[in-house]
Amino acid sequence: MRDKLTRQDVERIASLARLELSPDELSLFAGQLGDILTYAESLQRVDTSGVPPTAHIAVPAALAPLREDEPRPCIDRDTLLQQAPSADSRSGLLKVPRVVGS
Amino acid sequence: MTGNAPTAVDLHSAFARGELSAVDACRRALDAIDRLGPRLNAFRHVAAERALVRAKAADERRGKDNAPLLGVPIAIKDNVCTAGVATTAGSKLLASYVPPYDATVITRLERAGAVIVGKTNCDEFAMGSSTEYSAFGPTRNPWAEDRTPGGSSGGSASAVAAGLVPVALGSDTGGSIRQPAALCGVVGLKPTYGRVSRYGLIAFASSLDQIGPFARSTRDAATLLNVIAGHDPRDATTATIPVPDYTAALTGDLRGVRIGVPRELLAEGVDPAVAAGFEQGLACLVDAGATIADVPLPHAGMGIPVYYLVAPAEASSNLARFDGVRYGARAAAPTVRDMYDRTREQGFGPEVKRRIMIGTYVLSAGYYDAYYLKAQQVRTLIRRDYDEAFQTVDLVAFPTSPTPAFRLGERSSDPIRMYLSDVFTVSANLAGLPAISIPSGLTPDCRLPVGLQLTARAFDEATLLRAADAVERRASWWHARPPVFAG
Repeated sequence: MRDKLTRQDVERIASLARLELSPDELSLFAGQLGDILTYAESLQRVDTSGVPPTAHIAVPAALAPLREDEPRPCIDRDTLLQQAPSADSRSGLLKVPRVVGS
Repeated sequence: MTGNAPTAVDLHSAFARGELSAVDACRRALDAIDRLGPRLNAFRHVAAERALVRAKAADERRGKDNAPLLGVPIAIKDNVCTAGVATTAGSKLLASYVPPYDATVITRLERAGAVIVGKTNCDEFAMGSSTEYSAFGPTRNPWAEDRTPGGSSGGSASAVAAGLVPVALGSDTGGSIRQPAALCGVVGLKPTYGRVSRYGLIAFASSLDQIGPFARSTRDAATLLNVIAGHDPRDATTATIPVPDYTAALTGDLRGVRIGVPRELLAEGVDPAVAAGFEQGLACLVDAGATIADVPLPHAGMGIPVYYLVAPAEASSNLARFDGVRYGARAAAPTVRDMYDRTREQGFGPEVKRRIMIGTYVLSAGYYDAYYLKAQQVRTLIRRDYDEAFQTVDLVAFPTSPTPAFRLGERSSDPIRMYLSDVFTVSANLAGLPAISIPSGLTPDCRLPVGLQLTARAFDEATLLRAADAVERRASWWHARPPVFAG
């Protein structure tokens, strides 16, 4: 189904996952992820033609009704900003390194 | 395994009779945690002052109402948010996180009078089967301190088994309540998907996660489930199905209950002592009036590969929120992109990274159909197997874990071997069904607990608890206690 996982493959996945892996981790994961995926290939032996996927065990809608779409009180902004590693409570904003024009 | 430490129900009656105050019970729990907690590394945080204040309030409340857990000390897995009390999920990334809100289960427990004494250690973001993947060191098994308590809710299992608290909460995504319950010789229940609110549970795999109780007695587990179960407008996956009084199910009588055993799945890979305990547990069920029949579950053996694709896929998506912006630690970096990458590199441990990587891979273009879609299709087949089995039986029985507690370090560097610890537990999560692990004996050589697991139809926790209680009434091993015990 697929070729052996290379170091470049692992780098590409890490980049998609927003992980800056160390060189040691890249080699370790190339081996381990390959082993796990090879193990998972046992599923290919199962005939699933015409079988619908299960993404979620949904409780029937009648038994888990959605609430009315009305605004309700929630945790206030100041409290949430206090959780952030960097924020400005006066402007009510989270702070991150410069995004535009950098 | 009750030993000398009182159960939650014992404490509740002692309080009602005026023999003991909630403050006394709280002090005893805190003393026990002080003495044995560090040795077992069962607790991440002990909220001593807060607990004593709440215990005093419980004593003042007594007489005005008779809430079911009034004054009962409880420990909470550290991936359940507690307002004002640190919640780390076993991760360095959340080492200094203090949630601004309570999970719904916490609100319900405190309304029922329970006194939260602290937060218990777990594998990072509940990913693991031994509690060795906690960023804060492994928890130890009170039956053998060189062995793991199982995981990921190992701290809760260890604390209850060692008598530090009568009851605790854990979370179970692929066996994280049932497997440590088995390895520590206590009761652990994973409710039906939709029975207990996950609002405030730090999400791992949202189609699988459930919160559930640990206890030394079935009655305590039933009492706890009475309190935490039910619809929650804050969790759209919870059902409005009424919550029965689960303690009413504890009749000791299993006449008319049919139990299916998937014998072909147990033919290999099960430790002989686990198999012997399993038969011993089945004998108690038969003695109580149940009948046993073989049931085929042809696809349950595929549970591990399905689970280890589905759960990491969901985890990779859920854990995208840990980016250093809104909460948790942030790594210094010149650009936003570097901040994300470094925060996650420094904040996550190896198992979490492994699962994020697997999940990202199987969801990526070109691999989705071959891995993720295929796993979801086999998930359907596993579900259908159970639907079919429940046409002819009321419960399905497995051993909970194929082996007793393993040694610390034995599996931590071999991911697939660690994953196989969950071979009998993952299918209940994949099918959304309730399942319980109960003590089914001790290994003859090392005196390590082994567990028996029962799975029921969706929302039939009552039959699970009825069967568990029937075994408890007949099991000589149930009251054995571990060498590390706060009696």
